[in-house]
Amino acid sequence: MSYWKIAWRSIEQRGLASVLTTLSMALGVMLVVAVLLLYGVISTQFQNNSSLGYNMIVGPNKGGKLQLTLNTVYYLSEPVGIIPYEYFLEFRDAAERKEFLATEARDGKFAAYTAAAIPVCLGDYFGRFRVVGTTPDMFDQLAFGPEADRQYEFASGRNFQTKSPENGFFEAVLGSTVAREMGIKVGDKISPSHGVPGGHVHEQQFAVVGVLAPTGTPNDRAAFVNIEGFYLMDEHATPLEDYEMGQQEGSERSAQSEPSGSDEDAETSDESTETSLAASNGASTIRQRLPLNERAISGILVRTVNPLVTAGLVQQIDRGRTAQAVLPVREIFNLFENIVGPVQAVLLLLTVMICIVSGLSILVSIYNSMSERRHEIAVMRALGASRTAVMIIVLLEAILLSLGGAAIGFVAGHGLIAAASGVIEERTGVQIGFFDVAPPVEDMELWAGGPTLSIPISTELWVIPALILLAIVVGFWPAIEAYRTDVSRSL
Amino acid sequence: MLLLENVKKSYREPDGTALPVLDIPRFTVAEGEQMTLVGRSGCGKTTLLHVIAGISRPDSGRVQIDGRDVARLSEAGADRLRATTIGYVFQTFNLLPGFSALENVMLGMTFSGSRKDVGRAKNLLDRVGLSHRIHHKPSQLSVGEQQRVAVARAMANRPKLLLADEPTANVDPANQQNIINLIRGACEDEGVSLIVVTHAQEVSQQFERVDRLEDINLVAKQVIKS
Repeated sequence: MSYWKIAWRSIEQRGLASVLTTLSMALGVMLVVAVLLLYGVISTQFQNNSSLGYNMIVGPNKGGKLQLTLNTVYYLSEPVGIIPYEYFLEFRDAAERKEFLATEARDGKFAAYTAAAIPVCLGDYFGRFRVVGTTPDMFDQLAFGPEADRQYEFASGRNFQTKSPENGFFEAVLGSTVAREMGIKVGDKISPSHGVPGGHVHEQQFAVVGVLAPTGTPNDRAAFVNIEGFYLMDEHATPLEDYEMGQQEGSERSAQSEPSGSDEDAETSDESTETSLAASNGASTIRQRLPLNERAISGILVRTVNPLVTAGLVQQIDRGRTAQAVLPVREIFNLFENIVGPVQAVLLLLTVMICIVSGLSILVSIYNSMSERRHEIAVMRALGASRTAVMIIVLLEAILLSLGGAAIGFVAGHGLIAAASGVIEERTGVQIGFFDVAPPVEDMELWAGGPTLSIPISTELWVIPALILLAIVVGFWPAIEAYRTDVSRSL
Repeated sequence: MLLLENVKKSYREPDGTALPVLDIPRFTVAEGEQMTLVGRSGCGKTTLLHVIAGISRPDSGRVQIDGRDVARLSEAGADRLRATTIGYVFQTFNLLPGFSALENVMLGMTFSGSRKDVGRAKNLLDRVGLSHRIHHKPSQLSVGEQQRVAVARAMANRPKLLLADEPTANVDPANQQNIINLIRGACEDEGVSLIVVTHAQEVSQQFERVDRLEDINLVAKQVIKS
């Protein structure tokens, strides 16, 4: 019979006390695991997702940089304002600008630094999910993943088009979570609601032409609609009739909105092929794109041609009054470094204190049993057990209680997180499940400016040696009592 | 097998004075010999067994078992000797309540460092008539059965010397003879020397050698004279 078994029998014998002690430890471990898991997974996902193939966000020159990052990258909180679409064209080359600005045969002033620029319009909802008005480039030019090297794939269907023969401007692609939770599949039609979840539902319908494969990014929780269709929804711009009146008055920009290019010609020639969707959305809104002067966007996702130009571009944009540029990676790093990190440290400290208190309950439990166990220890000594052997048995008992609590605490901690995953996703945009584990520590500064520490195992697993150490510390006192037992007197 | 020479042992009174308990000029037990020690209460019988088993150290003298002087062994050495060479049957059985009969017997093997021989443990329980109750906890066994488990546990490590301290004191008369027979039979089968401390005349009279502690312990002799 091993010492482990002897220790286990002793635990069994003190059934209720052992169960209560274990549960006390389990509670502490549950909280530690939950905090580590929550912080670890959220920080990793936030930091991974802060670069979805772009390294800069350009947004309205009001509101904070963090808010711009949160609502553009993670679809959290509300958009802080709008910037003119014309500003977006400063990131495009002459050929792309020609579509709207036929008379200006020049590259946008930021075009030389820009590898990709994608406009986003926010403000509408589909169910509880954000609707993002954007261009097909969102999925054609951007990538995701920790290295931003994974291309978007469609679980079903295809990317939306700027204007398709069958649906005109009104095509949509859904993130995997949206499609699953809303029960939408390719071919279905969706109508966004204006402003807030459950708000006024737009009359216009978008045909869902694609459902993204899961990406583990905030994009799983968004519905992407063609920006041209987005503009044409009611309340998103001045009605087209007004625009046409303006055009007759000789507005230069309205003239630019109907360039003598092949695209627009093609659009008008497609009218005969437009389907019943066109009819339901109103023929006038199908035929024409919103003119430039009616267009505004919530932000621009920018990938610079190389990282070296990024800082300069940020300065250049910030010098202007129209917009501000933020680096999402830096904003998220600052958020965690300055706000979330310290809060997490306090939480962790509290939960560690709970674990220590739980550890003390092990001490009390075993120590209180020592008087009745002294006789048993004496019997074991009489049978040849050394002082060290009885000491080890008591320590093993503390370790077993501690590890038992750890096992229950691990399961309960993950269960707690899984149970709260809906709320967590809603508040942070991070999807987290029962089997997610806290990430390992990488390059953690031991102190400001000091050496860094990397341990390639999940921080949750650190709990196990820590608990064993705690068990040894708290078990040491009763173990010493066992060690000192006077056999002759106790028999 | 066992030799005690000039063994003295005293306890410290609360006021600090020494209370002599043992003063044994010489006491021996031969290999395979079975004997009883009788004497009044308080004359040092249990203390003598503790000294022989290395549980208590004598103040002076020699306690030699199988050629090794227990009094000069380190505590760890005495523990090892106790685990490998000495079997102990207690008056109150001292089975561990959380362990089954089989586990109580196995417990004796755990501390000896030898192979955990489940077969021998079961065989011993079978020999004491408890093969059908090996998984029962002490609380589920009768008093007589508990003492039989204690006998099996004492024999588990194939000891060379078995010390039995009032083994029948808490057993009903019907079981007393049974227990004595078991102890004597087991020791005889395995050539184990046996010292039985007893008050019971019906037990002591079954042994060829009966030593009165008052005869071998000078302290007890003086107490009686005074």
